[in-house]
Amino acid sequence: MTAEVPVLELERVTKTYGSDPPIPALQGVSFSITAGELVAVLGPSGSGKSTLLHLMGTLERPTSGRVAITGLDVAELEDQQLAAVRATRIGFVFQQFFLAEHSSLLDNVADGLLYANVPATERREQAADALTSVGLGARMKARPTQLSGGQRQRVAIARALVGAPAIVLADEPTGNLDSTTGEQIMALIDELNAEGATIVLITHEHAVAARCPRRIQLLDGRVTSDTIA
Amino acid sequence: MQTDLQPPRLSLVDLGRVASVGLRTRRVRAALSALGIAIGVAAIVAVLGLSASSQAGLLAEIDKLGTNLLTVTNGQSPLGQPAELPLAAPRMIRRVGPVTQVQYTGSTSANAYRSPLIPSIDTNGLSVQAASLGLPHAVGTRLAHGSYLNAATARQPVAVLGAQAAGLLGIDRIYPGERIWLGGMWFYLVGILKPAVLAPEIDDSVLVGFPAAKHYLGFDGHATTVYVRSVTGQTAAVQSVLGATADPEAPGDVDVSQPSAALTARADAQGALNSLFLGLGAISLLVGAVGVANIMLIGVLERRNEIGLRRSLGATKGQIRTQFLTEAILLALLGGAAGIAAGAISTVVYASTKHWTAIIPVTAWAGGLAAAILIGAIAGLLPAIRAARLSPTEALRTV
Repeated sequence: MTAEVPVLELERVTKTYGSDPPIPALQGVSFSITAGELVAVLGPSGSGKSTLLHLMGTLERPTSGRVAITGLDVAELEDQQLAAVRATRIGFVFQQFFLAEHSSLLDNVADGLLYANVPATERREQAADALTSVGLGARMKARPTQLSGGQRQRVAIARALVGAPAIVLADEPTGNLDSTTGEQIMALIDELNAEGATIVLITHEHAVAARCPRRIQLLDGRVTSDTIA
Repeated sequence: MQTDLQPPRLSLVDLGRVASVGLRTRRVRAALSALGIAIGVAAIVAVLGLSASSQAGLLAEIDKLGTNLLTVTNGQSPLGQPAELPLAAPRMIRRVGPVTQVQYTGSTSANAYRSPLIPSIDTNGLSVQAASLGLPHAVGTRLAHGSYLNAATARQPVAVLGAQAAGLLGIDRIYPGERIWLGGMWFYLVGILKPAVLAPEIDDSVLVGFPAAKHYLGFDGHATTVYVRSVTGQTAAVQSVLGATADPEAPGDVDVSQPSAALTARADAQGALNSLFLGLGAISLLVGAVGVANIMLIGVLERRNEIGLRRSLGATKGQIRTQFLTEAILLALLGGAAGIAAGAISTVVYASTKHWTAIIPVTAWAGGLAAAILIGAIAGLLPAIRAARLSPTEALRTV
């Protein structure tokens, strides 16, 4: 990948739900994110954050406008190819973690590569590395139920990072955590970003957004500000 | 574009692991929903296994008794009167080359009673037959108690009871001096026969010697049934000449039959009853299928988040569909395997109580397994399609 190609591009993206009456969730959103950035998308509830996350994550297609991941235009790809884009280039971190409680941490993280055409042994090796990088290298055999909320989110982050995706989309990663634990997760995110990961944080908390070098403010489906500290 | 964007196929191991998540995490539920299919398959396997085992048991018994026994009986004359076998018939038959044994009985008009106090109308349906001296061996039976007639006792008022006749007269053992009222006089009992499977007409007979029958019962000496053993393999050839040999003047008045053939036909016909039980098994399978479909639909609803997560990890719709379809098939397969085991065990247990060799036909277990897979596929189709159609954003929403 050449440095000139942004990992994520949005051009005049709109998304409208329903038809009677049509409900606009996003109205002409444009920005691009280059490799190595740490970006916060900040907005109150109802501002279109979730829709934006789904569009950036190729889980949905825009009503109009262009979304491109590492130069690949979502509109030109079939559903199966989009799945492959998610498998190899996008990592997701969710507010609710979504860990498989009956599986070990190692298996949970290795499943991040399940659909990415990586042999099982290699998946486990990479998962072990990812778990070590989030500070859980000693507890690979543990189950998510034995962990605290902050530790679970670390596992989810490891799962998103395994396989080194071009971009990691984190949806309110500290939303279910107390402030101290949230602070630790933010520190981890900073650290991972410093090691080269491109991360987009979706959040409604100013304190979280304040830690990010770049902040995109969203209100009523429009970008109201895009500032780089 | 650097790499091709073809989504990978999951390896069989991965598919198996992913498809068994639901079964591994909700074991009781999985077991209960597979139960219907297990019962259905068990019923089918047991029905087919038991009928095959009993059939094999019957055929083994027939084999043991020998298929080379032929019976010659007096038939009807063209005028509809009961025909009479010539007095020389047994001797003539003995001259046929491949014939190894000839024994015979002749019906007398006498009746047998436990004592003279029994009203003469209560005959119990017993017949009194004059019998030759090697009869038990020829028809494949043995003495249960006492001894059979011999050259001496055949001239005396002495009787031997068929297995059923003994039961009807209320006699279960032999003691010295025991006697029954036969043809208006006392006959001493010397033995009781075991059941004669190939000649059931002997079972409800009271047997006396030919000379005794002639002397005491006014018997005319004509044999009514001749039992013929021949060299195995020549039975058909012997059968074809028996009529003319027994009664050269009127071969058509003679009935020749092979008792084992009738038993074999009975063994073959036994399967006919099974269709009812197979139908019940099929209904149970259907109910099981509904149960699996229902539980899978609930599973899809409950596991929306898992589906959403997998889609965000890069699973295609097809992979989600395959996962849930495989899970339903696995569930049905587990039920089917348990059913086959249960059906096989019940067959083995029942067959061993009957001293049959337990036989579980390939069609039974292979068919049961195939039915289970088919049912899993059908039952899982709708839930799998639903799971695949679920939009990832909808699936990720938490309520």
